[in-house]
Amino acid sequence: MESTVATENSNQEVWSGGGKKPFAASYGKMMMWFFIMSDALTFSGFLVAYGLMRFKFLESWPIADEVFTHVPFIHGHFPMYYVAFMTFILIFSSVTMVLAVDAGHQMKKAKVTIYMLLTIVGGLIFLGSQAWEWKNFINGTYGAVVLQDGKIAQFVDNEGHQIALSDFVSKANSERVQHTRSNGLWYVQDAGELPPYTLSEVVTSFNANPDVHLRTEKIDFEVKQKTVLSKSEASTYLSKATDVVMGANLRVNEYGKTLFADFFFFITGFHGFHVFSGILINVIIFFNVILGTYEKRGSYEMVEKVGLYWHFVDLVWVFVFTFFYLV
Amino acid sequence: MAHDAHESHTGLIWKVFGLLSVITIIEVIFGIIKPDSLHLTQFLGTSLLNWLFLILTLVKAYYIAWYFMHLKHEKTSLRRAIVWTCVFLICYLTTLMLIEGGYIQDTLAPYISWTYNK
Repeated sequence: MESTVATENSNQEVWSGGGKKPFAASYGKMMMWFFIMSDALTFSGFLVAYGLMRFKFLESWPIADEVFTHVPFIHGHFPMYYVAFMTFILIFSSVTMVLAVDAGHQMKKAKVTIYMLLTIVGGLIFLGSQAWEWKNFINGTYGAVVLQDGKIAQFVDNEGHQIALSDFVSKANSERVQHTRSNGLWYVQDAGELPPYTLSEVVTSFNANPDVHLRTEKIDFEVKQKTVLSKSEASTYLSKATDVVMGANLRVNEYGKTLFADFFFFITGFHGFHVFSGILINVIIFFNVILGTYEKRGSYEMVEKVGLYWHFVDLVWVFVFTFFYLV
Repeated sequence: MAHDAHESHTGLIWKVFGLLSVITIIEVIFGIIKPDSLHLTQFLGTSLLNWLFLILTLVKAYYIAWYFMHLKHEKTSLRRAIVWTCVFLICYLTTLMLIEGGYIQDTLAPYISWTYNK
């Protein structure tokens, strides 16, 4: 009987769990750690799934250096630079967050306010950068052709550097019509925008230009680069080509395996959603700091708790950065 | 942590930021150059370059968790409950899945044709 009845001093009706503090951590902090652990395992599940698929298609997985090569306002081939910038932004916003927590410990309201604001701004810059990265990935860089079995073939110059379709394809004077379901073609799937060139234009221009070569997805492990085909082999490939691809989406991807795009959208998207919700929470806390809520409460522990979440988002990015861009 | 509540750790925070930045710069430089002497090697299933990236990533994760997330100043038991659980589960899952992925690649690759007849 006694064991099921709440005794007077158990404080079980208190939202914060009462005075007992296992591991000397407050209720809120403990719950944040519970959440972070489950979220960490969720993200590792995603990244491990990515690893599984990458190992499964080890000999034909896209090479990240050749996918993410854009830098704002500059044209050219710049792998890594932009994503390095994004990493810095996120690390720096983590620093301002931890400075806010530090100032909170000393009950310095003005400092907490400024550091929280800087953290929010850092988060917004990161989100904007990610949107820009997505835009480039979706619009594509070079264009490619897809074969009937789903393989992607890309075009390179004599040095083996990838070149865009617009660099060598000349347009034929033909009328092209976008087929859509609303035209009465109920049996077709709307394919979105038409690629800029037709397949026959690409093939004709390819055959006419001796300086353009075809590259398959297959990686030559001796040099860890994609295999470039001879002209005659290339023509057997092009005879099986079904479509011109520009950019990436969940169905087709000019950079190679569609799975790569799927995982890119899903994992960076899920991480971006975490950044987004982190910003929202930070904004709420920011206004609470300004209103003096924590000053009255006598403790800035709330800042510490959202800080934990914000650092966790940074921690996840460190791994996403490694597995999508470096390894 | 009432006893150190009023101390400021600003110096330490900037030091950690410097360290994280330096590691990121090293990673980026190696990622751009990809020196053949590291990139074209094979050691325990992947290249030495990839091992370098993995180790640097774990170092970064350590500093973020220990100093930014204050795990260093939590009770040892809480820290271990968090870190050991995650490290064990993630290592376990990763090992099994990567072995599986390698097996599927070995089995599947011979069936994928890279030549076509006109």
